This record gives sequence, structure tokens and C-alpha cells, in this order.
Amino acid sequence: MKTFGGPVLFLDRSDINTDEIIPAKYLTEVKKEALKPYLLEDLKMDGFNPAGSWRSSSRVVVTRSNFGCGSSREHAPWALEVNDITCVIAVSYARIFRQNMFNGGMLAIELPESTVNEIFELGKNGALGCAVEVDKSKLIFSWNGGSKEFDFSISDFDRALVKAGGWVEFADARY
Amino acid sequence: MGKTITEKIFEAHLKDEPFSGTQVISLDVVMCHEITTPIAIADLEWRGKDRVFDPSKIKAVIDHVTPAKDSKSAMQGKIMREWAKRNGIKDFFDVGKNGVCHALFPEKGFIRPGYTVIMGDSHTCTHGAFGAFAAGVGTTDLEVGILKGVCAFRRPDSIKINLTGKLQFGVFAKDVILEVIRVLTVNGATDKVVEFRGPVVDAMTMEERMTLCNMAIEAGGTSGVCLPDAQTVEYLWPFIQNDYAGKDAAVADFKKWHSDSDATYVATYGIDVSKLEPATTVGYKPDQVKKLSEVGDVVINQVYIGSCTNGRLSDLEIAASVIKGTKLADNVRGVVSPATPAIFSQAMEMGLLRIFMDAGYCVVNPTCGACLGMSTGVLAEGEVCASTTNRNFNGRMGKGGMVHLMSPASAAASGITGKLTDPRKFMIKKGE
Repeated sequence: MKTFGGPVLFLDRSDINTDEIIPAKYLTEVKKEALKPYLLEDLKMDGFNPAGSWRSSSRVVVTRSNFGCGSSREHAPWALEVNDITCVIAVSYARIFRQNMFNGGMLAIELPESTVNEIFELGKNGALGCAVEVDKSKLIFSWNGGSKEFDFSISDFDRALVKAGGWVEFADARY
Repeated sequence: MGKTITEKIFEAHLKDEPFSGTQVISLDVVMCHEITTPIAIADLEWRGKDRVFDPSKIKAVIDHVTPAKDSKSAMQGKIMREWAKRNGIKDFFDVGKNGVCHALFPEKGFIRPGYTVIMGDSHTCTHGAFGAFAAGVGTTDLEVGILKGVCAFRRPDSIKINLTGKLQFGVFAKDVILEVIRVLTVNGATDKVVEFRGPVVDAMTMEERMTLCNMAIEAGGTSGVCLPDAQTVEYLWPFIQNDYAGKDAAVADFKKWHSDSDATYVATYGIDVSKLEPATTVGYKPDQVKKLSEVGDVVINQVYIGSCTNGRLSDLEIAASVIKGTKLADNVRGVVSPATPAIFSQAMEMGLLRIFMDAGYCVVNPTCGACLGMSTGVLAEGEVCASTTNRNFNGRMGKGGMVHLMSPASAAASGITGKLTDPRKFMIKKGE
């Protein structure tokens, strides 16, 4: 199983598409590591700097709804993964992106909109960290001076993929 | 209780239900292109499992950047070529025989009603036009599909889009699907199959149905689907004529895939297409749709006619009929990419390419190219394109560019005036 958790990167917008996560012009790369410098290069969001300090520190993305819409490119989760971001928390995802995350043994956690709003509010306390306890289905957000826990649920299938390390491992053992 | 076409297809292909709500289905066709397949191939090699579940069910093409534009895209082509060869994949389409996957594979007769299809490409939903379940997937799903011939999905719910009325002059399948996306919004069909029904769909050609199904993903849909009928049989006849005593027998057989009248849908939308006008997108999301008559003066720099949405022969015919005898406006470049070699060849024989060239268009080879900002018509920062493609995301056709999605007729008309234009004044009504 991969490791999950760490400093949070907030992406305060809905409908962030996979062209924004990793532009198509980099899809001629045949090594995942090569995608590293280009994560979120074309993200259209006020005040966002694709080259900001978040790049080296962030381990968890918290965002709004329909994250990862558009192209099927698994380069989008890979671009996150090679930047050590293995967990995304959002109100909802595009189907293919969500499946790609779990297929690679990563987490795409869905939480109700009100909970996501609350996490965005917690972010106003300063740098926010997120610990992920997969077995207990718990997220523990902490900041300088406090912490707060939230439960999450993922499907049995998604959990099995995370445990197995991905869909290739799961399918190869079973089919 | 009745079943939808998609439920029937899943039932016929169900291989495993490892957990409640997760269905693993067997695959009839696994399609591969050079952008999303090479990393699957590399992973299979690394695992010591460089093989395919059934070479006759794998269809492969180099289409996104072709002929190669640089060393990296050349390497992707090389990986595909060598992989197809060593695994005995006969249906591999290399430079000279290649075209946009979702136009080429239907043309080759690879898709049949009731089939299950995946590809590492979000517009795989196009093939639902044949009454198939066809889903875009990522590289890992593709890899497992190549190796094992299976893919996992959540139990598929369907949304019914009932299209009634009569398409008005100058209004096309593209205008209809833009309206459907406007109504559904960009995530209104997430995890759902979009089933297109009603007399408007029944009257559509397969090319028009492919345009509809192609953009189901822009509303988040897992697949689009139309029920297979006499049109479907007509299109597929050269490939199925030995399987049936006659066309009527094929039509009757395909009815086994029809949704039952008491099937359950999570939502049903009725759209009267009589009220639609030529439309376009304004913004970076495909659900931001407006009538062309209401967009005001929007100056463009480029017209692009092509892609898996609208690069087929009927699209080129319509565009050419608008363009004939005109010139591109001074401020506009025109690029047209017939989606497959067969379409290119037919367009040449019919004199359509001459019409485009006389108007000042550059005719390029079949490729996805400019649609995703890869090649053959990338936009510069601040440039605007009237395009027959399917995505208007920020940066899609080039960093800092703006894409307005529309029908081939509207794109052609926009090229003449140099700004976004309602095509009706450039079209001749039948009988006049």
C-alpha cells in the first residue's frame, strides 16, 4: 500500500480538468517521472502559481467538485504521484479520473460539500496537515493549535485496489 | 422489471462481481493509441507479462500526433509498431493507413451492437452510436484490458435523453449535443450512460449518432448509446452480410439489445429540437453554450474542421457547401483534417478538398493534432478558434487560446466573416 497524508494543497475551484492538471503537449513522454515539473501548469485559478512552494511540500489535494474531468489521461494521477501527492479529497470526481486514482493504488476520497467547505475553513488557520488512516476510514486535519477528525467512506472495491496496490495487481491475482 | 440496453450488455458480459455494485465485464474490443498505450506496454514488459489476451480483439492506431512531429512522438509510434508486431496484432494502422481512432475503427466495422469496448481515450463513448457499451478508461484499465480482456465498472445507471421535434434549417447533430450538455451540465451524467432516444435520433445517420455519442463524456457520461436499427444495419452491412439472411433479419436480431419499455432510468430529459438554433460554446467549459445569433462580435484567428466529433465525410460536405465560392476572411487561417484516409480519399474524389483549398484552407492529414494542441494548427496565446472539435478547456488547442465549439456549417461560416457566425445566411435551403 502507498503512503498517504501530509501538507494540504487547496485548489478552490470546481471542474478542474485533466488538461489543466497535465497539458496534452507533455503526453509524448513515456516515463511518468518526466511529468513532474508540469503538474497543474495550465490551472486557471486566481492567485495560483504553478511554480509555488506547494510543489515540494504538498501531499494531499483538497478541492471542490468534478475534479479531473475531460481527457482519460492517467498522466493526471501520475503527475500528482510523481510529486508525492497520493490522496485527493473532493466533493466529486469525473469517473475516469477517480478510477485511475484507485487503479494506481491512490486515494480519491469523496466528502459531502458541507464537509469540504469546513475543511476549506480550517485552511484559514494557516498551514494544514492531513493524516489519512485508511483502515479506520479517518482523516485527521491538524494545524498549529488544533486538529479535527472526519470519517470517510470508499467502496469495498476501491479499498481492495488501495490494499492491493492497484488494479493490475488485483486483476492479475484474480482473472 | 425491464432493462436498459446497457444493463442487457452488462448482463451478457458479466464475468465477476467481486463486490456489491462492482461489475467486471469481458471485453469484445480493446482499442489502443500511441498516447496512452506505451506506458501500459512498458509496465507489462516490466512485469514480464508482455502479451495480449486475444490479438484479434486488439485494434491499434497511431493517430494523435502523426506523422511524428518530434523524437518523442516518434518513439511512441515505434513502441506501438513493435508491440503490435511481436504480439501478432493484425489490425494496427500505421502512417498512411491511420486516422482518428473514433472515425477509423467504426469505418473498419470493428464495432457491433451489444459489444463492450474500452480505449485509453475519453471519446471512446462515440462507439455507443452502434448500440455498444464503449467507455474511455485510463492506462491501467487499458493495461488490464490488453492482458486479461476485462474491465471493472460500477453498475451502470442510465439517463434517457428523449429528442423530439424537427431539426431546423442550419441546425445539426452538433448543435443538439451542445444543448444536451448545456442541460445536463459538465458533470450531470457522471457514472451514467447517456441513452439518446426519440424520433430525432431514429432519423439520424450513423455519422450524426456518432457526433451525439462522442460528446457524452463532456457531460461526464461513461458512454453514450443509441439503439441499433436499420441505419446501423445499413452502415455495418458490408461487415455482417454473411451473418444474416438479409438486412431485415439483422434489424430483428439487433432488437435484442433494445431497452425495454419499462426499463428504469435515473433521469429522463425531453428536448424539443425544433426550438434549437445554431450554437457555440463561450468559455472554458463545454456546458457554457449560447446561440450563435446572441454571441455578438467575436473575432477569430483560425477555423478548424476535423476530429472524432466532426471530421467525417458528411461534415466535410456540409462545410464545403457553405464555403463553396467564398474565401477565408483576411484575419483567419483555415485547417481541415479529414478524419481517415477513406474520408480524405472520398473528399478528394468529390471535389471537396478543392473547395477548401480554393477558399484558402490548409488540408492536413487525418490526425487528432490540433484538437488537443499537439500539432497541425496549435493556437498562439490570445488566439481564438472556431472549431468542430469537442473540448474548449483552457489551453486545449494551445496555451492561452480560446476554443469555440460548433458545427461544421457554423465553423465554415465563421471562416468567411472572420468572426463567430450563424451559418444560416450562408446556406441554401433545399428546394430554393
